[in-house]
Amino acid sequence: MVKELPVIYLQTAACSGCAVTLLNSASPTIKNLLIDQIVPGVHINLRFHPVIMAGAGEMAIKVLEDTAREKKDNYVLVVDGAVPTAPGAVYGAVGERGGKPVPMKERVLELSRDALAVMALGTCASFGGIPAARPNPTGAKSVRAVLEEAGIKKPLVNIPGCPPHPDWFVGTVGSILLHGLPSADDLDDLLRPKAFYGKLIHENCPRRAFFDEGKFAKKFGDEGCLYELGCKGPVTYADCPLRRWNSGTNWVIGAGAPCNGCTQPEFPDNTSPFYEKLVDVEVPKIGACWTCDKEAK
Amino acid sequence: MGKIVIDPVTRIEGHLKIEAVVEDGVVKDARATGNLFRGFEIILKGRDPRDAQVITQRICGVCPQSHGIASTLNLDSAFGIADKIPDNARIMRNLIQGAHIAQDHILHFYHLAALDYVNVADVASYQGNNADLNSVKDFIARGELGPFLPRYEGDYRLPPEVNQMAVAHYVKALEIRRIGHEMVSIFGGKIPHGVGVVPGGVTAQPTTDSIMAFLWKLRILQDFIDNVYIPDVLAVAGAYPDYAEIGAGCRNLLSYGGFDLVGDSPDYTRRERLFKQGTVSAELKAGELDTGKIAEHVRHSWYEEATSGKHPSQGETRPQYGKAGAYSWTKAPRYDGKVYEVGPLARVAVTYAKGEPRMKKLVDGALNQLKASPSALFSVLGRHLARALSAKFIADSMDGWLLALKPGEPTYVEYQLPDAATGMGLTEAARGALGHWIEIKDRKIANYQCVVPTTWNVSPMDDRGNHGPIEQAIIGTRIKDEHNPFEIVRIIRSFDPCLACSIHVVTPRGRDLGKFRVV
Repeated sequence: MVKELPVIYLQTAACSGCAVTLLNSASPTIKNLLIDQIVPGVHINLRFHPVIMAGAGEMAIKVLEDTAREKKDNYVLVVDGAVPTAPGAVYGAVGERGGKPVPMKERVLELSRDALAVMALGTCASFGGIPAARPNPTGAKSVRAVLEEAGIKKPLVNIPGCPPHPDWFVGTVGSILLHGLPSADDLDDLLRPKAFYGKLIHENCPRRAFFDEGKFAKKFGDEGCLYELGCKGPVTYADCPLRRWNSGTNWVIGAGAPCNGCTQPEFPDNTSPFYEKLVDVEVPKIGACWTCDKEAK
Repeated sequence: MGKIVIDPVTRIEGHLKIEAVVEDGVVKDARATGNLFRGFEIILKGRDPRDAQVITQRICGVCPQSHGIASTLNLDSAFGIADKIPDNARIMRNLIQGAHIAQDHILHFYHLAALDYVNVADVASYQGNNADLNSVKDFIARGELGPFLPRYEGDYRLPPEVNQMAVAHYVKALEIRRIGHEMVSIFGGKIPHGVGVVPGGVTAQPTTDSIMAFLWKLRILQDFIDNVYIPDVLAVAGAYPDYAEIGAGCRNLLSYGGFDLVGDSPDYTRRERLFKQGTVSAELKAGELDTGKIAEHVRHSWYEEATSGKHPSQGETRPQYGKAGAYSWTKAPRYDGKVYEVGPLARVAVTYAKGEPRMKKLVDGALNQLKASPSALFSVLGRHLARALSAKFIADSMDGWLLALKPGEPTYVEYQLPDAATGMGLTEAARGALGHWIEIKDRKIANYQCVVPTTWNVSPMDDRGNHGPIEQAIIGTRIKDEHNPFEIVRIIRSFDPCLACSIHVVTPRGRDLGKFRVV
């Protein structure tokens, strides 16, 4: 007997980049994720996903609401996007109820209340991200913030990145299915799985030796560390240098571009200007104590 | 008189609602409304101009690279270096954008549009050795069919074996489009939200091994486009011939042109491009592009009347929610005062009408196979066909570009950030004509405007009361079954709308944002 794990994928104030990054999952493939037993005996039953589902309109919304009712406390809610909260306005809605648009925040709260667990996919859902950038015109907030304000206590995992690497999501899902929900030790204080976000980009960067010897690129295309061209690798936690992107093809610094800090809560306001050197940050050299280096603001 | 409300329209990018008023089985009126506002242009103000290409990519995760290119061209022009970009960089930008658009077209046909035509349930009766199909068959047998059910019912016309083959291609296409993204990543670092394209050029260096890796992924893409994608579009066309006759819309098409073939002119409207710049009308007569003729109307949009009719470079956006007669956050861009559709159909038709020989051969060949006249291009099927031909035209251009790369030669030119400047960046995104405009003051962004493809296509009525292209395409359509309005969703999806793109163009000034709501 194959266990069906119902999943609702809710898009809020987002760009679909997180949905597209999951399509890029190389092993398992997105087909494996949707169709096959993703670990032996378990099939992810993706009930609602606006970008790929066949149904539309009321029919689609009915699936959403029925799943929440019928599978109460048994489904996983994935939120992709920030949550608009500015009062007096509906900046984003998901479907209608009684002829009126249902605000995204209402959906997130309702669906979280009845979920087994919540995954905030991407930097918008995890920390507010681009929609929450100065001056945050729609009052966009992270899933964690709106749940805490509403007093909803649910197991929550943040998978930030703009977008995240598909492995970070798939690896977290696999871990939950094989070993259960993550313990407090598995997550950092920003609720990111340490397995993927445990080290700074800078720690594993192949250009690190240039940094330590003080050889810095002055313009794009130069040999050297990209620190002076704006690289935020020294303050950004993610395993991009080891994992690489798009089936391991390349990654940001591999293409000679500076990291823009997209897995951090500081993205984008305090990791920009993206092409200006970091200021007011201490960057230890090899041999210094990394674990005592508090995250730079 | 009945009203069909589809909210949300799924299998598109973003949050779209469509309302259609139906009388005696025919759509009498239609309204397209977007359901998300994020306020990108407000967020861009006051930032370092160079950051625009990072931030505007986040308008849309489906077509980020097109925003990256439009933004970069915009910044190149504002920085006075539009004609100084090294050839290596021009070519690598083309390769990044080309791979991205080709995979996007494949994604659209198989993963967004195909479920309107292909009956996945027919795989239940599959008898064969295709491992993918057998795993789909097992999936169906387990009885939990999300996300493929529920759906509209009653009009799946392909025979079972063709449906089965199409499902196998749906699965294969997932792999092919992933490979397309790997191609983008070779020169662009990663995708979605690439990092390699910057004002001044690109950040990566072409190397022989990266050229070879790109070439052989390109061969996989070309093989799929030629032997699977185009034949499948023709197969769907054969089974649904009535869709060559509906969904025509406004019959005016606009292309900004895309993929610079030479980079020596600072004027993007006059540059030699793979896809040509210009307009085309129903009789396929080509006209020249004059960006001065673009204006955005707001009579039926929630913005102050006084801001109507402005050119994007002078764009002003003062929201006024609840304004009488308005029903959308989307402005109504118009060209020379008329309604224009943008997209693959537009760029293919403009390039065809301008007599580009390869495009002429492609389009004439496909129309011959379908025994159709060029007028059939103005339809649901015409858009799908044009999208497939757009993918082929791009893919088949890329190997020549690739081999023109010169490892060791420059990919970047230095520049000074100006204190004050204006810029314009024009390109073709997967979904059509994409324009970015910037005004820089004190080395910061003073104003940034994007007029994006879906804004043209989902636009509401303009100041003269003319409906936008998608509305026009729906109005007049006969709906066989109001509970399963296949015709409407097939028409909408033929445009491949991208709502995240269309509703960002809002720059409220001096008004309380809290007063506005999206209906």
